[in-house]
Amino acid sequence: MASPLPPYASSLQIFWYYAFRVICGLIFFFLIFPILTIIPLSFNAQDFFTFTPEMLRFDPAGYSFKHYVDFFTNPDWQQALRNSFMIAPMATIIATALGTLAAIGLSQSHVPARSAIMAVLISPMIVPLIISAAGMYFFYSRLGLQGTYWGVVLAHAALGTPFVIITVTATLVGFDRSLTRAAASMGADPVTTFFKVQMPLILPGVISGALFAFITSFDEVVVILFLGSASQQTLPWQMFTGLREQISPTILAVATIMVALSIVLLGTLEFIRRRSERIRGLSPS
Amino acid sequence: MSSADMTHVEQMPDDGVMRAADGTPLKKRLARALRREKMRSFVLIAPLLFFILLSFLAPIADMLFRSVENDIVQNTIPETVTELQNWDSASGSAPPEEVYAAFYRDFLVAREKRIHTRLGSRLNYELSGMSGMFRRTGRDIRRFDEAGPFKPQFIKSDEDWGAVETWRVIKKFSSLYTAGYYLSAIDAESTSESFELKPADERIYIKLFIRTMWMSLLITFSTLLLGYPIAYLMSHTKRSTANLLMILVLLPFWTSLLVRTSAWKVLLQQQGVINDFLVWINVVDDSARLVMINNQLGTIIAMTHILLPFMILPLYSVMQTISPSYVRAAKSMGANDWTAFWRVYFPNTIPGIGAGAILVFILAIGYYITPELVGGTQGVFISNRIAFHISSSLNWGLAAALGAILLLLVLLLFYCYDKIVGIDNVKLG
Repeated sequence: MASPLPPYASSLQIFWYYAFRVICGLIFFFLIFPILTIIPLSFNAQDFFTFTPEMLRFDPAGYSFKHYVDFFTNPDWQQALRNSFMIAPMATIIATALGTLAAIGLSQSHVPARSAIMAVLISPMIVPLIISAAGMYFFYSRLGLQGTYWGVVLAHAALGTPFVIITVTATLVGFDRSLTRAAASMGADPVTTFFKVQMPLILPGVISGALFAFITSFDEVVVILFLGSASQQTLPWQMFTGLREQISPTILAVATIMVALSIVLLGTLEFIRRRSERIRGLSPS
Repeated sequence: MSSADMTHVEQMPDDGVMRAADGTPLKKRLARALRREKMRSFVLIAPLLFFILLSFLAPIADMLFRSVENDIVQNTIPETVTELQNWDSASGSAPPEEVYAAFYRDFLVAREKRIHTRLGSRLNYELSGMSGMFRRTGRDIRRFDEAGPFKPQFIKSDEDWGAVETWRVIKKFSSLYTAGYYLSAIDAESTSESFELKPADERIYIKLFIRTMWMSLLITFSTLLLGYPIAYLMSHTKRSTANLLMILVLLPFWTSLLVRTSAWKVLLQQQGVINDFLVWINVVDDSARLVMINNQLGTIIAMTHILLPFMILPLYSVMQTISPSYVRAAKSMGANDWTAFWRVYFPNTIPGIGAGAILVFILAIGYYITPELVGGTQGVFISNRIAFHISSSLNWGLAAALGAILLLLVLLLFYCYDKIVGIDNVKLG
């Protein structure tokens, strides 16, 4: 299919060639269009969740920033935004630091019970969130951590570590161990070797792991619904209650902002991936 | 070589053992180096291992413990439990006066601590009406005659205290551990000897488990149906086009789950975009707008969209490795397009299908947010029931038992995934 159709293609083959592309186009439409639809809708001048006649006529009166204004002035949303930006970075720091160390440890050649340890460390990603949330709710309330900032941060850090482990392990696979030996032979102690030699090389993996951990915490809603108290309401929590109870179009403005955020994150990741491939001498794809 | 070195060498015993420069056997030195390396890797892993054990596995273990834990009866009415051991629940008559006397003393203590209603609501899960009995007697017990006899006074407060069934339940649930929550979770109840399923119309959890699995299967199947062509297209076009298409796949993957769920809520509503469009092009009458949300259809559409990237990514990575010469060889030997695809190409993609299908299925059966928001009453999953028991009905034991069953299911599936794909091969984007 990579090459255009050969001259001897039968009419059925030609038909199928284009039909297949149309089908794929429809599937891509299904993938993208829900996300794209909410962007214009968030500029709706009315409190409706559908396109008003004014919007369809591209009448400027049909569009407004009122939902964005509401988001930036409503104290509930502002508190949620602040909470999100207080919880996610802290969880990311813990997850990235612990995850990177563990991934380096796991990449050594002799690790006792490697696969068992790996299974334990990856488990937060496998166990359904509702079960993690239930367990954490029971256990953290015994410890008095339920409804506290640190309880939420610890839970989110635990959920984010598997992503860090996976991405950092992937970069360490191609890591040339003789570089650390060379550094050691020239008198660098292990800490210097780590920060001057190993860290710059695995940094792309660490950063993408950190981004994954960040988005995990930033998007997470199940665990925080159970673990958090009213003073820890994050953006997803606010959106969840908004969608379940009094659905307000401000949600669409928030959603649009979050789509923009994910585009930025995706772009950063793609940039890091290409850069690291270039540095490691692999051909940039 | 200096003479000092010569003497050093001479000092070593000549027993054929390989030795390092300082005279220790090489084997020992190697073992020590290996041990040191193991130690170093362990020191690096230990902080995270400890962290995960404490913040994640301990909560899971706690949940499993809660699903069998049952110390409330024993702790609240200890004397009664001791006395009840002498009573034969099969005798067909209510317990003797000693049991009621012990129960009176226990009840007073419990009432003082205000924990008698908690015991009532715990026992209410097993026999409805118990909660009310405990509350009523909690009010009446101040007026009881301390001299006794207590049996008639209890029966006067609530006549069910004279029923054999009441005491049978108390006796049955007085042990420290119980399988009762698990029995409830599979819609069974224990009889005097064994256990049996509840009447068919009262079986809600089995139905819910089956519905969860059935809908997850449907979702898995529709992601496969939609994901396969996309992965095929991506692995059969130019590298640059494939990268562009990959971004289209990854964008939804990176978009917040709640954003996507709210998008579907907006689209599928009766006054939403899709219905408006259908009315506008006169496919659907304005008075007969389609109901696409708050039912199973809504859950399936939204979750197929959300989980589609998890199907496309493993399929794509497998399809990339299939050499195009296989299909060419098949065609050169006379296979038509369909035969070449179905007999040669498709079997090669089965590992990808397996990996993607298990991954999507695992993710789907544990989903909570999307069914909660677009599922209505008919489109909810077992997770929603667990959440309900934790936050609304407060039957934590049952929530824990349901969670444990779900966890077992997921771990079994994951074991299969590990066998097919390998735990290390999980790829992200």
